[in-house]
Amino acid sequence: MDILRYSIYRFGTMLLTLLVVSVLVFAIINLPPGDYLSNQIAELRASGQSAGVAKAEFLRTEYALDRPVWQQYLIWMGFFPGPHGFSGMIQGNLGWSFEFDKPVSEIVGDSLWLTVLVNMAAIVFVYAMALPLGVIAAARSQTWIDYTSAFVGYLGLATPNFLLALILYYYGRKYLNIPIGGLMGPEFEGAPLSWEKIKSVMIHLIVPTIVIGTAGASAMMQRLRANMLDELGKPYVETAIAKGMAPSRMLSKYPLRVAFNPFVADIGNLLPSMVSGSVLVSVVMGLQTIGPTLLTALKTQDLFLSAFILMFVALLTLVGTMISDILLVMLDPRIRYEGREA
Amino acid sequence: MTNLPDGRYVDDAPYDPQASLQQLERADLDAPNWVLVWRKFKTHKLGLISGTFLLICYLLLPFVGFIAPYGPNDRHPDHLFSPPQSIKMFHEGEFLGPFIYPMTSEANLETFQWEFKPDTDNPLKLKFFCEGSTYKLAGLIPSDTHLFCVPEEATLFIWGSDRLGRDVFSRILYGAQLSLTVGLIGITVSFVLGIFFGSLAGYFGGKIDWVINRVIEILRSLPELPLWLALSAAVPSNWSPVAVFFIISVILGILDWPGLARSVRAKFLSLREEEYVRAAEMMGASSGRVIRKHLLPNFMSHLIASATLSIPAMILGETALSFLGLGLRAPAVSWGVMLNDAQNLASIEIYPWTALPMLPIVIVVLAFNFLGDGLRDSLDPYQQ
Repeated sequence: MDILRYSIYRFGTMLLTLLVVSVLVFAIINLPPGDYLSNQIAELRASGQSAGVAKAEFLRTEYALDRPVWQQYLIWMGFFPGPHGFSGMIQGNLGWSFEFDKPVSEIVGDSLWLTVLVNMAAIVFVYAMALPLGVIAAARSQTWIDYTSAFVGYLGLATPNFLLALILYYYGRKYLNIPIGGLMGPEFEGAPLSWEKIKSVMIHLIVPTIVIGTAGASAMMQRLRANMLDELGKPYVETAIAKGMAPSRMLSKYPLRVAFNPFVADIGNLLPSMVSGSVLVSVVMGLQTIGPTLLTALKTQDLFLSAFILMFVALLTLVGTMISDILLVMLDPRIRYEGREA
Repeated sequence: MTNLPDGRYVDDAPYDPQASLQQLERADLDAPNWVLVWRKFKTHKLGLISGTFLLICYLLLPFVGFIAPYGPNDRHPDHLFSPPQSIKMFHEGEFLGPFIYPMTSEANLETFQWEFKPDTDNPLKLKFFCEGSTYKLAGLIPSDTHLFCVPEEATLFIWGSDRLGRDVFSRILYGAQLSLTVGLIGITVSFVLGIFFGSLAGYFGGKIDWVINRVIEILRSLPELPLWLALSAAVPSNWSPVAVFFIISVILGILDWPGLARSVRAKFLSLREEEYVRAAEMMGASSGRVIRKHLLPNFMSHLIASATLSIPAMILGETALSFLGLGLRAPAVSWGVMLNDAQNLASIEIYPWTALPMLPIVIVVLAFNFLGDGLRDSLDPYQQ
């Protein structure tokens, strides 16, 4: 089973990449001088609150923040036992958020799933938009359909995400009565899963999905169109037309299959930009994903919280890329298992 | 000229179809590369227009102080959120030349808003090449001449004013200085890094190739924006705006190079085996010379085209960062910083002109895309 071996190999490289990413993330977060606790201690000292200082000092030793950075990293990852039983990420202990004064796992909790949900919806949107539009634009190239879709595509690439969000909210509210901001009605927050809640989430998802997906959809549409045009010029297409095949059947049976390949492979390139787009969009639109939390955590130098969220975002993209790679190998027997270096 | 019996005219000179064909080709073959590129690029109308537009934009950057009627941070406390004033030509059916109606502002004590009304009885003619606030031309020569302005007592906000009574039009012009150069600096950084690592990996191969390839893969699989956020959150807040600006553009560049390096590497892998490379190596050229003199010129044009296509991403990146308050900071003016004021729907609904900076962003990004497409199509004149 070659495919199994390839999957295992791909999974292994993903884990290695994740390891490197964790080092990178930890280093970047530790770049600015000072950290949350020492800032807080200095502040408390200045205002003469000794009780708070004691607590901050306790947290400092508890999470090993008084040690050199490389030891902090090892303890945070869980390669090395921390003081007093802080076991690190690998064993599921995500650490303490100093800003919110709660364990990290409690803060991120639900928003992790919502993040995944938003990104999945965006990917579905990208495919649902790009596939028909790209094929039609190629099949009817140099007509008004082609030009309109190209124009809309360029506009989608050129408009900053957050701007699109504001515009869509404004007009969505004005004409379609689409709710503004958030991922569910306020009455459903924290409520158990129910049919009503799902409906509310779906309605709230419309605008974010379009906003996050548009740029990706336009890029993918253009690429699919170019690929299709390449294929349409080939002799086998001419043969198919000559023998009197119906155009729609001809398109879907031959050229689309070949042009579809890069389509799947592309998700690996698309996903990082989409996930990062969703972080920005969440901040602007007030979605309950991890985006806004990340921004606060980064601004206040909340070490464990921001490190975990960055790791999670990276994991999301890496898993997506891995799945697309494996799918590609399954779809196209021409691709060698040893890697995709052409 | 001979007049044949059937009425046709025929040239007496001997005709050699082969010769005229060759002559045509000869001229084409002898033409320098740039002539061919230019000839092909000219047919790409959108690219041509976009290129000209961008060229004009960049050439005007040093002179924005002259065009803008006000400085970027000049405040008019009596005219907060003043709506746009249009420049008119005819006053009560009579041609006056360009003039404006001065705005009278009045506080409405019921809604607690400033209400602005144009004073239509009192047209004020625009003055040209007049004296105003001082600025530095190209950042060097102090000057106080402005292209156009109005008499002291009135204000001229052709695109309205913002929450501190600053002229949006002037600020957009000044913002262009930073927003447009961010892309250039960023792309330079990414270009240098990309070519350096890409050629290293592609030319030498082996272990170096493996390491660089893994780095590229890792950087490419990471979502950019959170990294931008993290890196720019690391910029100390006490740095001067100029330093912050430079570091932000460098950050944008540092995260952009892997894509470029990948294409450079792929090209090198295929070109490394060519005969002329082997010849150069046998004549004792150092690897540096082979890379610089023999390999890079081969696909410089491709690299320039792809660089043009990635500038928009950097401009959008700067805008996004500044919009979130992690990019450029207040005294500096960029389009993202200006949009920071337009963050909520309420202000866009009441003062739509505060969202105007989005227009130049969209236009510039579109122009770069079209220019890049045009360049990509035309830079290889021998294709086809």
